[in-house]
Amino acid sequence: MFAYVRAPLAALLILSLGTAVAGAADPPTVKIGMITTLSTPGGYLGEDMRDGFQLAVDEEHGRLGGVPVQIVIEDDGLKPASGKQIADKFLLQEKIQLFTGIIYSNVALQVVPSVVEAGAFYVSPNSGPSQLAGRGCNKNFFVVSWQNDTPHEATGQYAQYLGIKKMVLVAPNYTTGKDAIAGFKRTYHGQIAEEIYTGLDQTDYSAELARIRAANADGIFYFLPGGLGINFLKQFTQAGLKKSMKVVLPEFSLENHVIGAVGNDAEDLYGTAHWLEDLPYPANTKFVAAYRAKYHREPTPYASQGYDTAKLIASGLRAVNGDLSKADAFRAALRRADFKSTRGAFKFGPNQYPVQDWYSMKVVRDPKTKQLKLRGVGKIMRDQGDVYASQCKLS
Amino acid sequence: MLVALPAVAGALHQPFWVNAATRIVIFALAAVSLDLIVGYGGMVSFGHAAYFAAGAYTVGILAQSGIDSAPLAWLAAVAVSALLALVVGALSLRTSGIFFIMITLAFAQMVFFLLVAVKAWGGNDGLPLPSRAVLPGVDLRDAGVLYYVCLTLLVGFVAFAAQLVESRFGIVLRGARNNERRMLALGFPTFRYKLVAFVVAGAGAGLAGALYAEFARFVSPDMASWSRSGELLVMVILGGMGTLAGALFGTAALVGLESLLSGFTEHWMLPLGAILLVVVLFAKRGLYGWIAGRLDG
Amino acid sequence: MTLLFEQLLNGLQFGTMIFLIAAGLTLVFGIMGVINLAHGSLYMIGAFVAATAAGRGAPFVAAVAAGAVAAGLAGIVMEVVVIRRLYRREHLDQVLATFALILIANDGVSMIWGKVPLPVDVPAALHGAVPLGGFAYPAYRLVLIAAGLLVALGLYLLISRTRLGMLIRAGATHRETVAALGVDIARLNTVVFGVGALLAGLAGALLAPIIAVQVGMGEQILILTFVAIVVGGLGSIRGAFVGALLVGLVDTLGRAYLPVVLKPVARPELADSLGGGLSAIAIYLLMAIVLVWKPRGLFPAGSR
Repeated sequence: MFAYVRAPLAALLILSLGTAVAGAADPPTVKIGMITTLSTPGGYLGEDMRDGFQLAVDEEHGRLGGVPVQIVIEDDGLKPASGKQIADKFLLQEKIQLFTGIIYSNVALQVVPSVVEAGAFYVSPNSGPSQLAGRGCNKNFFVVSWQNDTPHEATGQYAQYLGIKKMVLVAPNYTTGKDAIAGFKRTYHGQIAEEIYTGLDQTDYSAELARIRAANADGIFYFLPGGLGINFLKQFTQAGLKKSMKVVLPEFSLENHVIGAVGNDAEDLYGTAHWLEDLPYPANTKFVAAYRAKYHREPTPYASQGYDTAKLIASGLRAVNGDLSKADAFRAALRRADFKSTRGAFKFGPNQYPVQDWYSMKVVRDPKTKQLKLRGVGKIMRDQGDVYASQCKLS
Repeated sequence: MLVALPAVAGALHQPFWVNAATRIVIFALAAVSLDLIVGYGGMVSFGHAAYFAAGAYTVGILAQSGIDSAPLAWLAAVAVSALLALVVGALSLRTSGIFFIMITLAFAQMVFFLLVAVKAWGGNDGLPLPSRAVLPGVDLRDAGVLYYVCLTLLVGFVAFAAQLVESRFGIVLRGARNNERRMLALGFPTFRYKLVAFVVAGAGAGLAGALYAEFARFVSPDMASWSRSGELLVMVILGGMGTLAGALFGTAALVGLESLLSGFTEHWMLPLGAILLVVVLFAKRGLYGWIAGRLDG
Repeated sequence: MTLLFEQLLNGLQFGTMIFLIAAGLTLVFGIMGVINLAHGSLYMIGAFVAATAAGRGAPFVAAVAAGAVAAGLAGIVMEVVVIRRLYRREHLDQVLATFALILIANDGVSMIWGKVPLPVDVPAALHGAVPLGGFAYPAYRLVLIAAGLLVALGLYLLISRTRLGMLIRAGATHRETVAALGVDIARLNTVVFGVGALLAGLAGALLAPIIAVQVGMGEQILILTFVAIVVGGLGSIRGAFVGALLVGLVDTLGRAYLPVVLKPVARPELADSLGGGLSAIAIYLLMAIVLVWKPRGLFPAGSR
């Protein structure tokens, strides 16, 4: 009797062994569609994000979560229409099911809906629009950075803490700029002397500076990303206004590139951030060292966010072994956020936007190198989510 | 005319190509309308994008207010852009040469800044369209159907333009381009002729803008930017001015080149610029003219 | 009142910088009949080279000189390789060819220097603000105004008192005669183009400490420059000066006062956006009005 059983049993054994081996064999390459801003004066943000992301991939020698990945990258030129075009191409022609990369929210608001409508996943390394955080939330949309309002809520909190009585607020005249000022006003309860909205490609701020001078405030907050902020700060300092006004900024206006570009004008600035170069978490120390070694420059928040995004995706890909058709499993894995972030422990809120700590910082001169650097001062917000999470109805 | 049509039919099973072809057809419409005044009328307008944007925004604003009847919206778009062209043309055609170029640019910039400034129209963030318009009898939400509608309108406009160019009107226009003084001496009110051509061109661009708004379901101020006007001029010259088929070819060439090059490298503007420079300097009749010339033997 | 005075100074400063760029552009157009959209790229090259030199430790004046010279050289190369072939061509061809040059220049700069804005510090001596009866105005901006006025004076002297200047003036209105008199027109063209490029580069280098040195910075200022020379009259330095000052003042005063005027009737972001939009439109309106009233500009070349 055993003779009749042995052969099929052996066959079964070999078959199952073979399947196990096949399963452990190389998963197919997953294409990741990275649409980001690489040109225009705001282009270096996209570059930093891309470089941070790539660093994570390099750590695993071309893989994420053990799965070989291919990054298909294209420049949206900060134009929503281009972003949408590229997304269509990636979805239809390249058959990409996993997207990331967008820096600017106006582009994101055009791209994300078509991506998730097609059943693909979008993991945002930077843009965290309010429109997709509340009622517009989607189960396939994850944000690794922050919700657009929160960085400015942190800054408002710090301004309040610093005892600034009267503030001037400045931002460019578009969605994210308005969100910034709205966020700041949510936590700052002092007097607002002036709210100034500038042009998106303005270079000369002399007219606005004269208005600021006339406002007689003792503090200023501005959200002017990239080159805009560099211009503004230089001109602000030269107008002599820094002597009478404290400057409190969100990290985008105060990251390493900006400090490098404005030189001494950055001294004595206050700021808030969700990530600092000297956060003492092992993942962060490793990231900063590797980034410096590979790219010969200091990392910025965008780079850390790109890196964390890649790590999050890695955790998801590991769980499904690269098989994105297992959408529910992939999604569940992403939600678990089981990876070591540069910010320590990482977790999502109910709307799949992060819940995290926020720090205060100051620009100081290093006594040894005499260079200006950002130094963390303390923690001003703990486990902070965003105000839109309660409106999101995700199962 | 044979260049465009065959590629069309075969690609219908690949949605990506249909989208790409639709975009080419829509921009070709705008380019042909510009060719009418640049190639045939000798009026170099550096502000043609303003009419494109006007048409697009008309459709966008109507869609946001709930008006989604295609015939109504598109006609409104054409009317608005034609009106705008009438005003701008009446003022600008008093000048010529570099001044004409500058003043048409100035008006386009005014439109651009107006679009940025008015919050109700979205400002810098642009205006999304809730859905595509409804054309009785066809479902515009289908990419293929939209493509055919655009193609039909393009062919219609080209036919109309061709008629115009060959007619007495066109002859006077071309005469005015070559030697205005002579035409005036012969008793033709050249200003009127040029203005009509300018308005027709504006209307054509407005229709193209309306179609683009439907296609992309999004309008933004950069549709009126001077670089967009420059791109339209590039399409006209890449194809060779003064031949309507050339404009079609030029559009396909520019859109194709941009797509192709940006797929290869993030520094795609440099080779594009170099190619453009070579064409302008050495291929006076544009690529189409050069190829056509070659084919003739 | 002091606010007005400060804004007037701001307008003057902006205007004199536009003048530096406009001077070259108007000469190139007035004398050689070429529309050069890539003039802004020369301004950009000046800024980048100056920023790089300053970053390597060169003293400020040397860095500025380096930027200006580099732009001048780039201009000469541009003229010899491309612009020369455009003299007899239609305006459309010139527009497109120089548009192509912009694409090449922008990408070229980003390939050499990358996309990160370059830092340039205002020289330490000029860091402070000068008290000016009621408020303190940035010292460096005063220097810019002075520099602009000096260049204007220098150009005026060059054009009206030197042989080169006479050739330029003659070339603006009587090309063939000048050629017939045995002057090497080709060399004259190259020199004029080079000088214009140098001035644009100087503007870029001087402005580098107070604005972001980044790819695409030329286009932002180019349109305003064109408006300035059209308003002022093509081919004339005096026209470029007047036009540039007008543009600078209208832009600055518009941006300063229109939002304030609108504030009582609109929310802040609306007041600012409408104000900004209206002041931008005001410049073009200015140009349209001038062209309707004086179709060749306020002080066209050849007028006395």
